[in-house]
Amino acid sequence: MKITRRDFLKFTGLTAAGLALTSLGVDFTKEAYAQAKASKISMAKETLTICPYCAVGCGIICHTSLVTKKIINTEGDPEHPINQGALCSKGASLFQLANNPNRITTPLYRAPYSDKWQKVTWDWALTEIAKRVKKTRDSYFILKDKNGNIVNRVEAIAHIGSAALDNEECYLIQQMMRGLGLVYIEHQARI
Amino acid sequence: MTNHWIDIKNANVILIMGSNAGENHPISFKWVLKAKKEGATLIHVDPRYTRTSALADFYTHLRPGTDIAFLGGMINYIIKNKKYFKEYVSEYTNASFIVNKKFDFKNGLFSGFNDKTHSYDKSFWKFELDENGVPKKDKSLKHPRCVFQLLKKHFSRYTLDKVSAVTGTPKEDLLKVYKIYSSTGVGNRAGTCMYAMGWTQHTVGVQNIRTMTIIQLLLGNIGISGGGVNALRGESNVQGSTDHAILFHILPGYLKVPKASMKDLETYLNKVTPKSSDPMSANWWGNYPKYMVSILKAFYGDNATKENDFCYNYLPKLDNKTNYSWLSLFDAMYREKIKGFFAWGQNPAVSGADAQKNRDAMEKLDWMVNVNIFENETGSFWKGPGKNPKKIKTEVFFLPCAVSVEKEGSITNSGRWMQWRYKAANPPNGLPGDGEIMVDLMNKIKELYKKDGGVFPEPILKLNWPNKYDSDKVAKIVNGYFMKDTVVKGKKFKKGDQVPSFAYLTDDGATCSGNWLYCNSYTNKGNMAKRRDKTQTDIQKNIGLFPKWAWCWPVNRRILYNRASVDLNGKPWNPDKTVIVWKNGKWHGDVPDGGWPPIATGKGRHPFIMRKHGFGQVFGPGRADGPFPEFYEPLESPVKKNLLNRQKSNPVVKTFNTPDDKYADYHKYPIVCTTFRLTEHWQSGILTRWQPWLVEAQPAVFVEISEELAKEKRIKNGEMVLVESPRANLKAVAMVTKRLAPMKIGKKKVHVAGLPWHFGWEVPKGGGDAANLLTPSVGDPNTMIPETKSFLVNIRKL
Repeated sequence: MKITRRDFLKFTGLTAAGLALTSLGVDFTKEAYAQAKASKISMAKETLTICPYCAVGCGIICHTSLVTKKIINTEGDPEHPINQGALCSKGASLFQLANNPNRITTPLYRAPYSDKWQKVTWDWALTEIAKRVKKTRDSYFILKDKNGNIVNRVEAIAHIGSAALDNEECYLIQQMMRGLGLVYIEHQARI
Repeated sequence: MTNHWIDIKNANVILIMGSNAGENHPISFKWVLKAKKEGATLIHVDPRYTRTSALADFYTHLRPGTDIAFLGGMINYIIKNKKYFKEYVSEYTNASFIVNKKFDFKNGLFSGFNDKTHSYDKSFWKFELDENGVPKKDKSLKHPRCVFQLLKKHFSRYTLDKVSAVTGTPKEDLLKVYKIYSSTGVGNRAGTCMYAMGWTQHTVGVQNIRTMTIIQLLLGNIGISGGGVNALRGESNVQGSTDHAILFHILPGYLKVPKASMKDLETYLNKVTPKSSDPMSANWWGNYPKYMVSILKAFYGDNATKENDFCYNYLPKLDNKTNYSWLSLFDAMYREKIKGFFAWGQNPAVSGADAQKNRDAMEKLDWMVNVNIFENETGSFWKGPGKNPKKIKTEVFFLPCAVSVEKEGSITNSGRWMQWRYKAANPPNGLPGDGEIMVDLMNKIKELYKKDGGVFPEPILKLNWPNKYDSDKVAKIVNGYFMKDTVVKGKKFKKGDQVPSFAYLTDDGATCSGNWLYCNSYTNKGNMAKRRDKTQTDIQKNIGLFPKWAWCWPVNRRILYNRASVDLNGKPWNPDKTVIVWKNGKWHGDVPDGGWPPIATGKGRHPFIMRKHGFGQVFGPGRADGPFPEFYEPLESPVKKNLLNRQKSNPVVKTFNTPDDKYADYHKYPIVCTTFRLTEHWQSGILTRWQPWLVEAQPAVFVEISEELAKEKRIKNGEMVLVESPRANLKAVAMVTKRLAPMKIGKKKVHVAGLPWHFGWEVPKGGGDAANLLTPSVGDPNTMIPETKSFLVNIRKL
């Protein structure tokens, strides 16, 4: 069952006035799911994912067109024991996150005192960032504190984020930042 | 969450407070409504009537920031009316412990307060120990210095009259909530609480949660099905990102980051490893050395050896007295102490308290790296409102990345379930995922150090770092594997075998594990987070446990502290909702919180295994602001004095003093304001404000006010108004509703307003700016989480 904009507005309750609790979930019954398989998504590959928004952890099925290789539909996973096929308005809009013309697709650089972005290559961006990290780290690295304790830290670089990363990425990002000697390491959990 | 989403269905009473779960965790309501269908009572307590309230059996309001008064009144009610679960309280909590004579509480201050440093000497709050070093107890709970009697005395001040005068909640409503909720203080009834940032974002955030925890311990509601203390986390992986410690004070698995004075591994381990003299205490953190050595092996691989202290000194050490958390970070940036900044998947120009300070601080950087999917107010701060790009030196690198469905890896939900996500499509223009970006960038940095040398390059060059990002390989090291052939607990393991669970981690360097809590998530049997098997035993089916669906930390235990759900003989308090049961010499049901036999056998262990003594902490002597919760007004308060004690706000709270740090006085800013979220947007709106359907549904920032306030200010619904604070002013559409009403605080009428905090100037055009421009830089003294749920504003018609 592909959701149309009209369905979406209906589900999210925006066409209805008042306080009706309409955001509880767009329910996809097994029947609707079966119909869906037979129709528009019959030429699609199914992939399982978990919703990237809140931490209920709802299961979502993505349908990727075998022709265009693009995600053409996302819907609640009826087998998932938590959401049993239901999704809220954000989860139900997931495919708009992937297929979104507003996404930035090349690295951008803003030079000092400039009023615009310029497109740059990945190699240039990563090389230049690496140089700045090294320069700042080497200039401000603290080997020992005033009491003579070995501290091996740098306070002149800070890192924040992110609760939107996968676990494996979370593990690596903190390993990387601690490897560089950072102590200002924070993210969404603090706020 | 101590429990998990599906388990909510097992509750008899559900208290939602500090959360609007119906709108912000919509699918959680599937299980709330299931409980209601089975006869449960749903109570919602919130300053604002929301869709959650609409489905509640009973709703009442309170003034933002007065939760301790509200819940403290409930503690008083429970004790006075003997509604507590006596056996649970005396056997499983520290209510029976005797506190030393130096403990006292007077005029809003606990003993040990230093008025120069505004901090407490916690040695005043110690327990009395017997000759073996075990806390003295009086299980009859009658000793005048036992925790129970001290608790009774402490909260006896929280009378209905006082609480109502502080919270603005009518007395009859308080009584109704107390009666319904305390009905769960018996073996066969369960009460659960669901909370979110409405409890944490306060200068008393930790004590808000402590107050509810004390209630849950008094009523015997922890460890049982349908009970627990349940934080509803707002981000898909904020549980996992916390477990993996993207935080200044912890390493993965909640190990402490070393401080400057901990000069070597031995000093560190001696300092952090708790020691218990009670043979009945499991004292799980006694395993600290195994977890720490295993993490060092994961960080530095074969470079970490016993001879070099497992590379302990490669880890950066914190200054003993400096707090490096969020508010301090932006304060240091504002003071030009920070030169380079990574804002990776986060938008502090919108999401941080006192957002203007954050935006101004970014001007003082030399460089910033912003990794995100869309342009946002942080990466683009230099062209934001009031900024002149020609005067801003900061170089900004914006790195775009793949979205969740374009890469593979796991996330951990609020119920601690680790679930794997697969790749559904290639990202546009071959964009890398975050993992690829960090791996490639670190390798570039490594190359530079290899080629040119530099200051202390060893921690970088010797880091166990992949050449290419592979989430499967990282998941394996997070679990951990054997670094050599070895025998642990009589079992033989080969080099390269996955460690089956943290019980097999060692402190001799034979194992690595990037996060001991996740040890058991990826064994030789494979990646447990991928499992989709719904088979259950009868016990599991009865309470909705799916032990073979995905994986849950620790060791797939679905309900934490579950040995408190049974009596001393291992018999469930409520056999109709068994979590675990001791039968035929073993435990059945959930994975028990330690496999020891029941306590009555003499071979058991106290159930709260993560606490040094093994007991639930009614008395919490480790907190910065007191071993019992006490009500203090928010830093920005609408009233002249605290009606419950002589301290107005939390006495150990820290404020900041840059020109961007200003705090409001109620004479000029009389309206209490709070922030909230909408179903259609997510956090700083960075993902959702770029999506057409969601923006059509919720296009702009608004301020919700009562009909009475609108009338006083001659504001009509839909008109533009100015919300003023000493930090910044914000234009917003007035939304005049019956969902908010003025409150009677003592003899004073106090108005309350609220704004959603998702919006920002970048997109959608005309959508307004961030509600956090209005919120102050002040945090909870334990966690430093900012107080963004209660602050003062004025509102006027434009």
